[in-house]
Amino acid sequence: MAEKAAKNTKNPRIAMPEQEPKVRARNFLEVPTGYTVKMAQEEAARCLQCKKPACVQGCPVGVDIPGFIDLLSQGDMTGAIRNLWSKNALPAVCGRVCPQESQCEGLCIVGRKGEPVAIGNLERFCADYERENGTGELPPKAEPTGKKVAVVGSGPSGLTVAGDLIVKGHDVTIFEAFHKPGGVLVYGIPEFRLPKAIVAQEVNFLERLGVKVECNAVVGKTVSIQELLDEGFDAVYIGVGAGLPRFMNIPGENLVGILSANEYLTRANLMKAYEYPKVDTPIPKGKNVTVLGAGNVAMDAARTAMRLGAEKVRVVYRRSREEMPARAAEIHHAEEEGIELFLLTNPTKYIGDENGRLTGMECLKMELGEPDASGRRRPVAIEGSEFHLETDLCIVAVGSGANPLLTAETPDIKLNRWGNIDADEANGKTTMRGVWAGGDIVTGAATVILAMGAGRAAANSMHDYLTLGW
Amino acid sequence: MFKIVRREEMAEGTVILNEIEAPLIAKKAKPGQFVILKANEEGERIPLTMADTDPEKGTITIIYMVVGKSTAIFRDLKVGDGYQDVIGPLGKATHIEKVGKVICVGGGTGVAVLHPITRALKEIGNDVTCIIGARNKGLLIMEEQMKDASNDLRVCTDDGSYGHHGFVTEVMKEVLEGGDVKLVVAIGPVPMMKAVSNITKDYDVPTMVSLNPIMVDGTGMCGGCRVTIGGETKFACVDGPEFDGHKVDYDELMLRLRAYQEEEKKCHDEYCTIRDAN
Repeated sequence: MAEKAAKNTKNPRIAMPEQEPKVRARNFLEVPTGYTVKMAQEEAARCLQCKKPACVQGCPVGVDIPGFIDLLSQGDMTGAIRNLWSKNALPAVCGRVCPQESQCEGLCIVGRKGEPVAIGNLERFCADYERENGTGELPPKAEPTGKKVAVVGSGPSGLTVAGDLIVKGHDVTIFEAFHKPGGVLVYGIPEFRLPKAIVAQEVNFLERLGVKVECNAVVGKTVSIQELLDEGFDAVYIGVGAGLPRFMNIPGENLVGILSANEYLTRANLMKAYEYPKVDTPIPKGKNVTVLGAGNVAMDAARTAMRLGAEKVRVVYRRSREEMPARAAEIHHAEEEGIELFLLTNPTKYIGDENGRLTGMECLKMELGEPDASGRRRPVAIEGSEFHLETDLCIVAVGSGANPLLTAETPDIKLNRWGNIDADEANGKTTMRGVWAGGDIVTGAATVILAMGAGRAAANSMHDYLTLGW
Repeated sequence: MFKIVRREEMAEGTVILNEIEAPLIAKKAKPGQFVILKANEEGERIPLTMADTDPEKGTITIIYMVVGKSTAIFRDLKVGDGYQDVIGPLGKATHIEKVGKVICVGGGTGVAVLHPITRALKEIGNDVTCIIGARNKGLLIMEEQMKDASNDLRVCTDDGSYGHHGFVTEVMKEVLEGGDVKLVVAIGPVPMMKAVSNITKDYDVPTMVSLNPIMVDGTGMCGGCRVTIGGETKFACVDGPEFDGHKVDYDELMLRLRAYQEEEKKCHDEYCTIRDAN
């Protein structure tokens, strides 16, 4: 232990500066404020430039991690961003929201004896540096192929497909149901974790490369997949995400003051309701807020509620801290901001007043039994442990399922028993000729980077199809 | 931008008609479906059921009552101005079937939503009696169009300034007494739809209503438009907006519609104060 600690102090990881917890808990500005050039280069110097880099194997899109870090440490910022772009169309996003601790950084050799290289922070630095100081020069594009591609959904997987195929010379149009592109990056992930200006910048980068973006187009309603093919699109990619909120199906769930995390976060992020009444969309401001669930979405909702002025925010989860699916960093940030974890607790009933407004919930204490199908220990109710939890706003963040809006209108696409699209794991091909799918609509709710990985695989397969045939 | 090509004021200026250029939606939309409109960058997403569509001209028509800040902003848009965003067509289309004798009941701006449905029901060969109502004669909308769209039109006003003196439900009861009614379609304020459904239940006549809960995305994603139908939770945006009137929990719907009442009033008053000062 002593030896390890000594090595740590000799070569410590450069910490990312952050806003003070008490200050940031009441504003919507980004929590980490970013490296300076000096900090980034010091951190880059910690990379061992391994011949067989394990970190790259941990990256779902195979970013050339030692390569971009080497260019950065040499001061070649343009080279570094070019290197990143060659594998990742959204480095500013990934640098901020990827679960690095379980991917690239989790496999970093430096991390075996100390703290791993801050790969995510460095990726973010390169993207931010390019945005603020870059030349605006675009990566090279192949000659036009004359093939047209429709991408349905402008979330991380759709943007990846669009970015990959436009540089391969295809004509790409993205269709987005909302009035702004970005998918979960704009409606789901809060401003303080991923500023909307950064998403807009990443989308704008694709537009400068020639990608067309059609907002307000609800594919399945405004236009169908078959119509897109009939209208001259040679291939279609479906990346519509998992946009069907799950509720707990307990009594009183439709009381005023109970919202899905999707609704709460959409109001707060996409509609900017935290600026209400400067903007027109209102959002309920609870004094005593309860968030159900313990994933990243739950953390985002809890931290948003705190920023909207809640006096008390509790995250209620039926298992223990060990089973919480959220990133450790997000849980840590939330706790620093004053959010309380109410673990081994399961709500059984909502209670309202005569106006149908939420006033509280009844909960049961739980204990953990044997692991269930998910591999997590199964929570078991402790008999007679009912207690009352006062709350005037409850945000339900217990997961989301496949939205059937598009698939119900597209009978040629086979679904699995959960309503997700049955697509080839290796290349994203669906059962409908010329149509690919990837991201949460195939896998169920997952991470930004996994959706991007699926987009990358599908883009390669689509390129083969467009140039060689199905 | 989705340009406004026609604007009319109805019901003493409290109800506004906008015909809007939206060719893709006009081509696809069917009676009963709705669109979501957003006036500008800061605007709220407001769902409104289409009163008409013209696929050849590429336009859709919406008719709305000015109630809050967002509709006040809509009211201030002139011909040539536009909505920044119009999304649709959303929701399920009305199931139009030949059943025989039908009563269509409309109240307030619900009459606008009822219009294309009434017309379609008549066109397919139903015998359609239409009953429309308003608080007074000045607030009544679309009388002529409803007359053309139905076989028999009855008009009611609460204050007796025009037509039958009283509620639409009273006239509906008379028609129901005549027997043989196979279907009632009721669209209007929630208390009206509730009253209609209570009566038709006694007469055992299937009843269809169109619900207008608070909504954000309109594609089944936010779950804000939850309504309880026969004890089950449904999303009005994708499962509706039309439902079996005998199964709707109207009291819950009314409570949920009031979720943002205080914020809305404050916001609307502020907007109007600023606007009137300029």
